[in-house]
Amino acid sequence: MENTIAAISTATGNGGIGIIRLSGKNSFEIIKKIFVPFKATTFEKKGYIIKYGYIIDPTNNQKIDEVLVSFFVAPKSYTTEDMCEINSHGGTIVLRKILELCLKNGAELAEPGEFTKRAFLNGRIDLAQAESVIDLINSKSENEAKASINQLEGYLSNKIKNIKNKLLDIMADIEANIDYPEYDIEDVTNNKMQVCLNEIKDELIKLSKSFENGKILKEGVKTIILGKPNAGKSSLLNTILKEERAIVSEYAGTTRDTIEEFVNIKGIPLKLIDTAGIRKTEDKIEEIGVNRALKLAEGADLIIAIFDASKDLDEEDYEILEIIKNKNSIILLNKIDIDDIHLENNEKICSSSNNILKISAKNGEGIDELYDLIEKMYSNNEIDMNDGVVITNIRHKNQIDKAINSVEEAMNSIENNFPIDIISIPIKQILIDLSVITGEDVSEDIINEIFSKFCLGK
Amino acid sequence: MSYNGGKFDVAVIGAGHAGCEAALAAARMGMKTLLFSISLEALANMPCNPHIGGSSKGHLVKEIDCLGGEMGKNIDKTFIQLRMLNTSKGPAVYSLRAQADRKMYQMEMKHTIEKQENLYLKQAEIVDIKVEDGKVKAIETNVGAIYDVDSIIVATGTYLKGKIHIGEVSFESGPDGVFPSVKLSDCLKNLGIEIFRFKTGTPARINRRTVDFSKMEIQEGDDKLLPFSFEDKIDQNTEQLPCYLTYTNSKTHEIIRKNLHRSPLYSGRIEGTGPRYCPSIEDKVVRFADKERHQIFIEPMGRNTDEMYVQGMSSSLPEDVQIEMYRSIAGLEHVEFTRPAYAIEYDCINPEELKLSLEHKTIENLFFAGQINGTSGYEEAASQGLIAGINAALKLKGKDPVILDRSQAYIGVLIDDIVTKGTNEPYRMMTSRAEYRLLLRQDNTDLRLTDIGHEIGLISDERYKNFCQKREDIAKEIERLKTTTIKPSDKLNEILKNNDSSTVSGGIKLVDLLKRTELNYEKLKEIDVNRPELSDEVIEEVQIQVKYEGYIKLQEAQVEKFKKLENKKIPQDIVYSAIKGLRLEARQKLDKIKPLSIGQASRISGVSPADVNVLLIYIEQNRSKSEE
Repeated sequence: MENTIAAISTATGNGGIGIIRLSGKNSFEIIKKIFVPFKATTFEKKGYIIKYGYIIDPTNNQKIDEVLVSFFVAPKSYTTEDMCEINSHGGTIVLRKILELCLKNGAELAEPGEFTKRAFLNGRIDLAQAESVIDLINSKSENEAKASINQLEGYLSNKIKNIKNKLLDIMADIEANIDYPEYDIEDVTNNKMQVCLNEIKDELIKLSKSFENGKILKEGVKTIILGKPNAGKSSLLNTILKEERAIVSEYAGTTRDTIEEFVNIKGIPLKLIDTAGIRKTEDKIEEIGVNRALKLAEGADLIIAIFDASKDLDEEDYEILEIIKNKNSIILLNKIDIDDIHLENNEKICSSSNNILKISAKNGEGIDELYDLIEKMYSNNEIDMNDGVVITNIRHKNQIDKAINSVEEAMNSIENNFPIDIISIPIKQILIDLSVITGEDVSEDIINEIFSKFCLGK
Repeated sequence: MSYNGGKFDVAVIGAGHAGCEAALAAARMGMKTLLFSISLEALANMPCNPHIGGSSKGHLVKEIDCLGGEMGKNIDKTFIQLRMLNTSKGPAVYSLRAQADRKMYQMEMKHTIEKQENLYLKQAEIVDIKVEDGKVKAIETNVGAIYDVDSIIVATGTYLKGKIHIGEVSFESGPDGVFPSVKLSDCLKNLGIEIFRFKTGTPARINRRTVDFSKMEIQEGDDKLLPFSFEDKIDQNTEQLPCYLTYTNSKTHEIIRKNLHRSPLYSGRIEGTGPRYCPSIEDKVVRFADKERHQIFIEPMGRNTDEMYVQGMSSSLPEDVQIEMYRSIAGLEHVEFTRPAYAIEYDCINPEELKLSLEHKTIENLFFAGQINGTSGYEEAASQGLIAGINAALKLKGKDPVILDRSQAYIGVLIDDIVTKGTNEPYRMMTSRAEYRLLLRQDNTDLRLTDIGHEIGLISDERYKNFCQKREDIAKEIERLKTTTIKPSDKLNEILKNNDSSTVSGGIKLVDLLKRTELNYEKLKEIDVNRPELSDEVIEEVQIQVKYEGYIKLQEAQVEKFKKLENKKIPQDIVYSAIKGLRLEARQKLDKIKPLSIGQASRISGVSPADVNVLLIYIEQNRSKSEE
């Protein structure tokens, strides 16, 4: 088989361990770059071996995770190619980081079902199994198609289309110049291209960083729990954390400062912030807390607003509803273990958020539904964060990184005074890299752009 | 009444640029070949622009030459101006363009054909193609001659049910006042072939005497004259004729807008689809309303004629409007037409019905080439004609067809595009259609294709021997540059300084010096004392290969990837409807196109990457089944 592929092989979520698989002739070479075994060892090719050590980022030698790596020497592996399996300590962030290291060091991201496909093509599995491979590929592709449609309808596709349009504009200039040399088409100057490429590079880097260093992966989804005193904020936090960290009391106003906790819900990292209750108060210390809560709410990715469903809404509740308006929010109607006065039908509540759940933070009722909802909101979907588009799909991130490389390549070729037909190669490559995300035919796009932009012909 | 005209191997219908190449190739490959034209006066005619070559089209002509075609040699004999275009834009897109003496071009080609052994040129309209058991059998002319033939190449250009429009006037006609072909189109339809209607157009011809060139910019030919054919040497003293440049203006545009209602295009009388890249002047004025002027080139049509071609002014407006708008242009105030501009509609086929060899998928030994396949342009036509001629002959010899892939030649890109994706407008070649443009340069055309041309017998042993010598010289010289180290010296550093190149303190390989953009082979002469005597062509090739090595390697790596999929062949007896997991649209498309390889399948619109995977697995599965 041509290239070496890599993918996370364990299901999304937060299991005890996670496995990253590599398959292909460069598997061992790639591992060598990112894996430091505890005992000095040779990666000699013989049978199966397991090594214990660290995955490191070779650019800064930072340790990423303590792992076990299994080596399978061809043909004695699932795909019959050289394979490695990295057993890591799981967690979406760590797994993605390791996968990213594999990709940066020469692996290609595996297509859906590709390990199985290779196993089959290399004669490893039989005909009956092959039938199910077809189904597998189909169903996986379908899911992926669905997921990508969701993403592509949104911000990411708009963003990428904008970038592509800028490039198409330049490409049309270049190509019309080449294909219609006799016409008075303005020459594409190096300066014009550099300005355009610089802009595009910045935008692409921003997109890429939104994944690499983005809040979701680095800090988690910044989640604020809002609620008036005693609505059940701290109980909720405790239920989620499953340990008593915040002080919970029967009296309003016990939680004075904010408490931050990093938790992982179904593989989605959340930075949970419990705030002082929103309450008009004379108490100086508590006032600072309230102001801070309001400020934090402004900068939050997700607001979980909790209300006491055993009581009617009061002025303070309405103020909270005002804060969450037009923000990513989940409304929790708490204390259904005590009484339920059908707040879910309240007009103001319904108009403030699409996500309304009934829970009992005290006995855990409804918490699973809350987890499902968070997973639905944040797994595999672009999220409109404060500063625009965020990439969560590693396939997209991978393509955008390739595009950035191509931008750099194009800038190099301009700096080195290469002629325009050479410069056009990396510029076209940027379009191709991005088109993998949006799925269009680049050549057709360019030709369409030429004819819509220029007036050419006999 | 009919009579039997005898037995021939190959019959070519139409003697335009496609037909001439097809007939010559078949005859030269030993086939007893017939070439029919409705009028022998129209043989190898250029009914539109009087030039050959240009961006990507010049590449096609060179490719035709290296496969043993005639177009390059014929224009080398009959050009009246030569220019190398795009010289500042990089080696991949240099393109040679020639203004032709149109009549001389025709006469030279006609004479070449007349002299060709095995080739029989006949004036006749073909009215019927007889097919038996799905195989070509015979061909019938309008005067009742029936020829038994084994293979037929249809190259009817814009003649099939040709209809000319000039304003409110329209009449049935082929291009340039020649009879149209009226019956063959229905015959093709009866054979089950899908017929499309396309449209194109041409500007007026004018009399040189009535043009004021003092108001125009003059465009001269190049000082150094380079040939299209790798076998030709050009007489550097050949007299060249200039072209002229002028512009439309707001008055021209106003006349057009005022009379749009009289255009058959805008009133809906023309049904055919026209090309976007060849818009009529009224199209340009409507679509680019904010553009203040459009370029107009006045091109000579030959040495012995005062007729001139007005590039940029194609139109289907009535003649009176045409005259008014032409006369609004600087230098054309008193212009007299010799022939008005017109639009022409014609029948063509859906090229998706063809194999990559250009043979029809269901009717054996029936080939199609040129404009009837939905393309546009003389060079595009000639390329297909040559390939159809070669493959008709190879098939009768029981050999595999010549199929060029997208990494080998523009011809490969052209044929793969139309056969795999079809076309909804007349298809024009453009360099941007080629993914591996840097590898498909005109300078290396011989390196890409001469082997093939020689193997099929269209390149002479002598030419091949010279070519092999050149190839060896190039390889040797690159090797020498890579292994020769130049010691640092005052002389070397002086040369570097004079060229704004950084100086060196240690030894440096010649190849690394040559790689520097500010240096070239000539500039290094003084310090490279042991260099061999080499031809300009070899030096050019060495320079390009060295200077662009990085990018060339990059594209070669892409080609390697591409070839892997091209080499995964699809058995032609595959039943797509039996493949579980293929989406319906993909199934239908695959069934229609019948791709030869997984690579080709992946280029069909409507076939997704998932479909390709399913296909791959299915094929693998069947292979192992048959092995069991």
